[in-house]
Amino acid sequence: MVESRDKGVQTEGALPPLIRIGMFNWMRQNLFNGIFNSILTVITLLFLFKVIPPFIQWAFIDSFWLSTAEQCRAGDGACWSIIPANIRFIIFGFYPHELHWRPSVAMVLLISLLFYSKKREHWNNSLGYIWVAGLVVMGILMRGGILGLTPVESDQWGGLPLTLMLSVFGMFAAYPLGIFLALGRRSKMPAIRTICILYIEMIRGVPLISLLFMSAVLFPLFLPQGLTLNKILRAQAAIIMFTAAYIAEVVRGGLQAITRGQYEAAESLGLNYVQKMRLVILPQALKIVIPPTVGILISAFKDTSLVVIIALYDILKTTRSALANPTWMGFSPEAYIFVALIYFVCCYAMSNYSRRLEKELRT
Amino acid sequence: MNSEAISGIMKRSPEDKIIEMEGLHKWFDDFHVLQDINLTVFKGERIVICGPSGSGKSTLIRCINRLEEHQKGKIVVDGTELTNNLKNIEKIREEVGMVFQHFNLFPHLNIIENLSLGPIWVRKKPKKEAEETAMYYLEKVHIAEQAKKYPGQLSGGQQQRVAIARSLCMKPKVMLFDEPTSALDPEMVKEVLDVMINLAEEGMTMIVVSHEMGFAKSVAHRVMFMDFGKIVEENTPREFFDHPRHDRTKLFLSQILH
Repeated sequence: MVESRDKGVQTEGALPPLIRIGMFNWMRQNLFNGIFNSILTVITLLFLFKVIPPFIQWAFIDSFWLSTAEQCRAGDGACWSIIPANIRFIIFGFYPHELHWRPSVAMVLLISLLFYSKKREHWNNSLGYIWVAGLVVMGILMRGGILGLTPVESDQWGGLPLTLMLSVFGMFAAYPLGIFLALGRRSKMPAIRTICILYIEMIRGVPLISLLFMSAVLFPLFLPQGLTLNKILRAQAAIIMFTAAYIAEVVRGGLQAITRGQYEAAESLGLNYVQKMRLVILPQALKIVIPPTVGILISAFKDTSLVVIIALYDILKTTRSALANPTWMGFSPEAYIFVALIYFVCCYAMSNYSRRLEKELRT
Repeated sequence: MNSEAISGIMKRSPEDKIIEMEGLHKWFDDFHVLQDINLTVFKGERIVICGPSGSGKSTLIRCINRLEEHQKGKIVVDGTELTNNLKNIEKIREEVGMVFQHFNLFPHLNIIENLSLGPIWVRKKPKKEAEETAMYYLEKVHIAEQAKKYPGQLSGGQQQRVAIARSLCMKPKVMLFDEPTSALDPEMVKEVLDVMINLAEEGMTMIVVSHEMGFAKSVAHRVMFMDFGKIVEENTPREFFDHPRHDRTKLFLSQILH
């Protein structure tokens, strides 16, 4: 304030008053303002005091990191050793042991593609070709059978590559499908509108588990004799169909938020339906619905763990199988914490990215 | 209709007709919003339509580029009849610019992108050429320095000038203005009207729904008064304001001119 008075430009009150509060004041304002809040604060502190030190003791101080199961049993701490001991089965499932480099490379490729696609400057046509090329390479790596690679049947796929594949391709396919369904639901053509409404409401009316069952049990009945679609593809289709229906409803909400004036301005310039939607309406509508869309994508990612019920070995199932080994029985908390961390990292990355994207697109 | 006075303004042949409406009717459910409208607009003509709210004046000009569909009668724009044929509708919309009361700029695009969108995608111009055209018209509406900003960063008057420039970038044959100054703060009305007056001086065919009577007096060839879905009176501005013939016109003018 002194400075500004010297300059004689700003009068007092031109800047918001600067309030300095000490830690003591901060605590009084935020933790002990009133009897009820003081009691809550004390109870919470007591609870944290009871819980956190023992957890740290268990997880970090008394814990075993690279020991045998017997050593673990002798101690009191967490037995993280279960993870290094079983890591290859947890990550790769029944994929042949000596070929683990192939799914590893495929995963690295997939993750680098995702990172590459994060940047908005890379969003152009060539990104599509890069993805198609990446997909082909990943497919070859996983399946083998050509270029001298040993063939690996898809029923041997499992673990993290399976989880990532089901979720990434599920999301990427469900998102555009959901947009088309949302547009279809608002179409002026009764036939298209009815089909979209029926689809969306029917899919939303059943749990994902029942869709997965149907894909595994019912779907083969409708296919001509001799033609079989592999189980992973069928599960993938079920996940895409399910997620798309939810995306469609979220996108529809975004479309409804766009004023009629935007449609009219686009139309009065002579833009046709596709141009109008692509250039004017969808960019605005999709931006509005980024938060709920990412919510759906995150739950779709976690829902891939439901494929266990049709006997696919995703990462959660491989972890449980590792626990079934008598040597390591009883160390399930450690293993589950590990898997939870993997899920958390992925989900957190998604929500983080969505927040960044929202900020970048704010105009 | 005082046809002598009107036809005295310009020399006309039937080929100079740009818009022709014949026996036009429109209903919103059972509300008969346009009742037997007959209107011919010639190239270079400037028409101001006024009337109380709900009289159908906005609907009338929105029928010209098919933002509203008419249910009976005929509209021919630039030699093409408006029907359900989508290709024809798009073709007509390319030639008919429209400026809205609430500007309706595209908030996710910056000003230059707003202006070049139509030329690039509809007129299929190369991006560079479209942007040059955009800058040309931005300079015309005295706002070139804002080219990289987003609509939300501009004042209402600036946004409306951008909206006018956006329509002009399509090089339209007709410009429709739907109450272009009604949503503006009073001190911004003039800057928009000035742009419209410039446009008029260059010979643009304009149909303006507006209550800016000063603008009507100085710019219009014809002024129309609409009420209850009908064109009640139309005349040269001088006759219209000095000697209105219908009681409803007189009442309306007395209310609007205080």
